Amino acid sequence: MKRARLIMLMISAVLCLGLAGGYFIYVRAQGSSTMTGVPESDANPASVLAGQHIVFRSSALGAHYGQLAAVPLDHPEGSRASLGMTCERTYATRTAGVCLFAKRGVVQTYGITMLDAQLRPVGNAELAGLPSRVRMSADSSLVATTTFIGGHSYAQASFSTETIIRRDGKSLGNIESWQSTVDGRPLRSVDRNFWGVTFADDDDTFYATAASGKTTWLMRGSLKARSMVSLRTDAECPSLSPDRNKIAYKKRLDSNARGVWRLAVLDLHTGKESLLAETRSVDDQVEWLDDSRLLYGLSRPGSEATTSDVWVVPADGSGTAAVLIPEASSPAVVR
Amino acid sequence: MYVTVRSVPTSTEGEQRTHGSRRRRIPPAVLAFGAVSLLTDVSSESVAAILPLYITAVLGMGPLAYGFIDGIYQGVSAAVRILGGWWSDSTKRPKWVAFVGYFASALSRVGLLLATGFASITAVIAIDRLGKGLRTGPRDSLIATASDPADLGRNFGVHRAMDTAGALAGPLLAFAVLAAIPLGLGGYRAVFVFSLAFAVLGVVVLALVVPDLRTAGGRTAFGNQSTRRRMALRLSDLSQPALRRVLAVAGLLGLVTIGDGFIYLSLSDAGSLATKYFPLLFVGTSAAYMILAIPLGRVADRVGRARVFLIGHVALLGVYALTASGVGGGAWTVVVVLVLLGSFYAATDGVLAALATQSVPEESRASGIAAAQTVVALSRFACSLGFGLLWYLTGRETALWVMALALAASLAAAAVLLRPLLTSHTGSPA
Repeated sequence: MKRARLIMLMISAVLCLGLAGGYFIYVRAQGSSTMTGVPESDANPASVLAGQHIVFRSSALGAHYGQLAAVPLDHPEGSRASLGMTCERTYATRTAGVCLFAKRGVVQTYGITMLDAQLRPVGNAELAGLPSRVRMSADSSLVATTTFIGGHSYAQASFSTETIIRRDGKSLGNIESWQSTVDGRPLRSVDRNFWGVTFADDDDTFYATAASGKTTWLMRGSLKARSMVSLRTDAECPSLSPDRNKIAYKKRLDSNARGVWRLAVLDLHTGKESLLAETRSVDDQVEWLDDSRLLYGLSRPGSEATTSDVWVVPADGSGTAAVLIPEASSPAVVR
Repeated sequence: MYVTVRSVPTSTEGEQRTHGSRRRRIPPAVLAFGAVSLLTDVSSESVAAILPLYITAVLGMGPLAYGFIDGIYQGVSAAVRILGGWWSDSTKRPKWVAFVGYFASALSRVGLLLATGFASITAVIAIDRLGKGLRTGPRDSLIATASDPADLGRNFGVHRAMDTAGALAGPLLAFAVLAAIPLGLGGYRAVFVFSLAFAVLGVVVLALVVPDLRTAGGRTAFGNQSTRRRMALRLSDLSQPALRRVLAVAGLLGLVTIGDGFIYLSLSDAGSLATKYFPLLFVGTSAAYMILAIPLGRVADRVGRARVFLIGHVALLGVYALTASGVGGGAWTVVVVLVLLGSFYAATDGVLAALATQSVPEESRASGIAAAQTVVALSRFACSLGFGLLWYLTGRETALWVMALALAASLAAAAVLLRPLLTSHTGSPA
């Protein structure tokens, strides 16, 4: 009896570890071979970056997974220029770019790499926590990053974000410590969090999301005054249109539905909010393709969830959503 | 029915020495359960280490979704722990109740391979945590049943050391796999497959190797019709004076025990180190815990568990004082704080299980242990909330000194409450 159990134990051990090890070797071998259906990445980086283009993170399984890439604005589904650097989130303008990365190891570290106009690295800084959002001002002088900080929240059952704005590489601090006012009252609750910054062009105004408890607010802030004021509730991850007249964000239609968001656009002059034609839940900070169309990353359903595509949808609620760049996320339009 | 209020039920100092020189062997059941916990912790910690990155970077979920899943991950298990203890006591089959818990967690690994949406990931994690909550009470109860009462502290120490070894190895495995497969989905999938393999192995070792020890009274002497009566009996057992004291002390001290995270944050706030080293601090604390669990369990068996439990909290007091004053500063302080924190866990976690075991009758053992652990979890959670507020209102240093004072006062009160367990441990003072 005892012998029989020992044999069963040995067989289980060999079977379990053998199968897992076999899977490991299989996946590893698969990674080095070329996968089918991956968009070609043979375009010349210099020529793509010279014209109007979109910078993004490639999610095509294969050698370039997670790496920076770019496509011409007028031919987004065509062959992409691979830029080699691995990023979790990225953003770019005409004169510079940023790449938020996670360096895996026993101690996982995170950082931000500043890029020049050719998207070559020019400097590094540390980031505390997992990269979530990154945006730059149009003139590249301002960079805002949002990361998740784990392991030191007030109650271990909660989470915390850190949103830092940098001017010319120098940190202006975590905007959580700035003065915020919601509905006329100062926001001081211990569980307040801020994320998803977008910049205007005056080197002062920005928009961001504030949250406390179950409520989120769209905030308008001033860098000079180091303060923010709430504009409306339930509007996360704002993004200003290129003409600065509209602001796009994600909102929850049902406040009880966790993790379900719809995209909406607010006209800053008329105050009119319109829901967009995209009916699926989108958890991204959208990017404006032009003044009338929006871009966002969306994971594929089911077992392909680790591959995402960049979709495009009209900003006025009309039309339908369509894939603009397959196997891509974190788009940044460079005009 | 047997209830010992003393730490070491049958000994004089002379006998103690004999036991000390001729060490009793560690029961096979303890080693077997240690192996089960080691394998299971490799499985769960390898996933826990990469889950944040998987959820945010790969599945692309934002802050609120991540926070919600994180909350589930931390919160669910305390709720079902009592239930697991009660179920184990009423069936008197701790092994098979624990089996259900381990099996549920192994099953959730299969789910992890399939789940990609927000709702499915949430459900998978909830199942894993349910399993964890369910199994801890019966597991510790079986370890206690397999142990000579005089060795309880050491045997729990052996189990905790093996458990922590698994928790240390898990993240290493995960990051080794991710480093070898820098391929998005593939790497994460491979980690999940390894995690599943270790979870299944843990379940197999439990089923095949851990003996099916029944708690006393397991022979169905009463038949079915008296189930209710027996349940009532157990509930009254839970209000035994001895257990009540242990629960009160555990709760009282739990209310002044702030989480590791806060200590690490204080260290980084005081300029001792950057936040990126947080994970390394967890590793340091766990390593100290792993190394000290057995020696301190042994000491607890010798000088009294209540005494070591209180001394462990004195180490915590040292942590508060060192962190608040920032004496020495830099790496030196950090190392001492980590060693003290590790000793705190080594002197309190397994020792509390031993203390609860000796304070309840055998037939309500799993419930008693689960009750003590739940009280600790809940009171520490309350403390984290309170301390967070205090920190916010008064600042880091003041908040820590206030907690140090509160801990010192609670320790004095705890010493009074535990006096029956503190004074009678040696039998004779000679």
